[in-house]
Amino acid sequence: MTIPTNVAPAPVRPSLWKRLPVVHQVRSSVGLQRSMLVGGLVLVGIYVITALFAPWLAPYGFAQIRVGDTLFGSQQPPSSEHWFGTTVAGYDVLSRCLWGARPALLVMLAAVVLSIFIGVTGGLLSGYFGGWVDRVLVVVADAIYAFPSLLLAIVAAIVINHGQSDLWGGILAAAVAITVVFIPQYFRVIRAETVRIKSEAFVESARVIGASHPRIMTRHVLRNSTRTLPLILTLNCSEAVLTLAALGFLGFGIEPTVAADWGYDLNKSLSDVTSGIWWTSLYPGLAIALSVLGVTLVGESLNDLADPRLRTRRAASQAAGVVGAVTVVPGGVLSAGAEGIEGLDLLEGTADELFAGPTEDEPLARPSTDEEGGRS
Amino acid sequence: MTSTITGAPTGVAPGQPSPAPEARKKKQGGGLGGYLLVRFLLIFPTIFILVSTVFLLMRTTGDPITAALGGRLPADQLAERVHAAGYDRPLFTQYVEYMGQIARGDFGHTISDNRPVTEVLTTYGTATLELAFYALIVAFAIGIPLGRYAASRRDKGPDAGLRIGAVLAYATPVFFIGILLKLVFSVWLDWLPVAGRASTGAEIAMQHDGLQTGFYTIDAISTGNPQILRDVLEHAVLPAIALGLLTGGIFLRLVRTNVIGTLSTGYVEAARSRGVNERRLLRKHAWRPALVPIITVIGLQVALMLSGAVLTETTFEWKGLGFQLIQYVKARDYVAVQGMVVMLAVIVALTNFVVDIIAALVDPRIRF
Repeated sequence: MTIPTNVAPAPVRPSLWKRLPVVHQVRSSVGLQRSMLVGGLVLVGIYVITALFAPWLAPYGFAQIRVGDTLFGSQQPPSSEHWFGTTVAGYDVLSRCLWGARPALLVMLAAVVLSIFIGVTGGLLSGYFGGWVDRVLVVVADAIYAFPSLLLAIVAAIVINHGQSDLWGGILAAAVAITVVFIPQYFRVIRAETVRIKSEAFVESARVIGASHPRIMTRHVLRNSTRTLPLILTLNCSEAVLTLAALGFLGFGIEPTVAADWGYDLNKSLSDVTSGIWWTSLYPGLAIALSVLGVTLVGESLNDLADPRLRTRRAASQAAGVVGAVTVVPGGVLSAGAEGIEGLDLLEGTADELFAGPTEDEPLARPSTDEEGGRS
Repeated sequence: MTSTITGAPTGVAPGQPSPAPEARKKKQGGGLGGYLLVRFLLIFPTIFILVSTVFLLMRTTGDPITAALGGRLPADQLAERVHAAGYDRPLFTQYVEYMGQIARGDFGHTISDNRPVTEVLTTYGTATLELAFYALIVAFAIGIPLGRYAASRRDKGPDAGLRIGAVLAYATPVFFIGILLKLVFSVWLDWLPVAGRASTGAEIAMQHDGLQTGFYTIDAISTGNPQILRDVLEHAVLPAIALGLLTGGIFLRLVRTNVIGTLSTGYVEAARSRGVNERRLLRKHAWRPALVPIITVIGLQVALMLSGAVLTETTFEWKGLGFQLIQYVKARDYVAVQGMVVMLAVIVALTNFVVDIIAALVDPRIRF
């Protein structure tokens, strides 16, 4: 993109720190949106730290039922030895809550990485080359997308380890189950973008100067079609944790002796509830809810910030500054600060800036906005 | 769900050079009838793909008889039973045969209790439908008015609270909400029953005096005994709230987003500039158009609700499809599981079709 040269002062490219995806969003948000985003980031931070340092944070092991020769005892109420009480099998609830962050994080990472890899590659190839393979893949992706994801995950869990699991089997089963459900989402988004971008002039030009298909695909199409990925990614992370918990709750979870699984603990606590034993279910449930809440808050805020209709007001005025750059004097409210219009890093064309552009009206691959997809 | 049509290259962004003019004309010329026909025909590949996927996936784990009885029978007897059921034939033959059976509406017999799968589906399907019905009522009652309220107070206190509430409703697993509700309302306050669809006494009374539709509400009304109806409704309250909150949160966000969207459109802006006050703008101008997209989204909610129903039913021992499905999975009765999954796929595909019809009738822009 060209920058008008007659405008002073000379454009200053904002520091790398300010252009980092999430940092940029935090800076450009205000009020409630900002606190939601920051709150989400804090929760995610706590969650990741818990997962990494579980062995040091947890008072006992996840499968420990005794100290020395003394058993913890079954269904003990919260006490100074066991802050969150013990389960029916005699595990320490607090320790299992802390250890449980690990498999959840592993599943999340594995599922998201796998589904991005497969979904993006598939979407890119399918959208770029088109033809009947493309048509078939689209119908298949739509069919899977419309199907209740949990049922698909159950079927996948049965297939992978016949419903019962050791640590890696359980994690792999959950990850693959979730991957199957997620691939269509990435596929659809990337494919739609690819179809749109491949008719752009710059792709034509690349073709004219003799660039090869792989080069056009990776360098020109892929790079420009990944704008929406961070949003789907965060939303999928939360869905991954929920699906893992649901699988555990339904009895396809990870065995308690190989890893702590929040869903499994909730399943076992179901019979405690009727006798008024609340600590075995409350804490694992809160662990799930808080970790999902953290990731969801981040995803939601990023999504809202990216959607011009939903951005809170100050951010909206910034958007207005983009369109009518000549008339609007952003002043101090903008992150651009004293550099004025030129300070807006819009002309740099970073991916997230393009994304925040006011003319952006693309359907995001979220259920709630998906209806736009059917209209074009 | 809806974008199979969009998948075709016609779905280019507005700024793109349009396809050849004659191609465009042809697309638009289809009208409502053509659109619905395409939608209807698309049901079949959708179901076909799902059935094939489920069939092939389930068969990769081995045959259902070994899964159900493996280890409990000597190897030769097992092989005999596998042979008798025809599971030792080539996979392709079995696949073709299974497809043929399904086309005739025959889903086979369950292995664990030897009932026709279709009978299982009708028996427990009604329970799931009833739960989904109540949950939808809760979801609408929560989502639509609150979403509208949040939009009208955009970025102010109530909006902030409601949005956080909606995110919380999404982030909390259905079964955890269910457990909390049970703890508070059944165990501590003792207002509502803990689990099940009706107390044993009421179930017996309904079998004696009432209709046998499977919808307990209807059956209870038909007995003419208000006590029984009350019992049935009390059992439905907590599951309906647990499942409805999830969907309600989604409706809330959707209504809010759409109302905010329509409030800033040109025609509302024009009305505002004529001096129409904000409340009237919301009520008369922005409200109804904002509801249209929700119809399409309900289609997606059906899939979500079925997933949620599996979890809610397990939490509350609500003897519906989801509850039963898990029982069959645990019994390794894969014929039953396969049949139920296929049936659910059909339900989802049909609902999406109906939703597409309604959406097309309401919004003419969708049709071409």
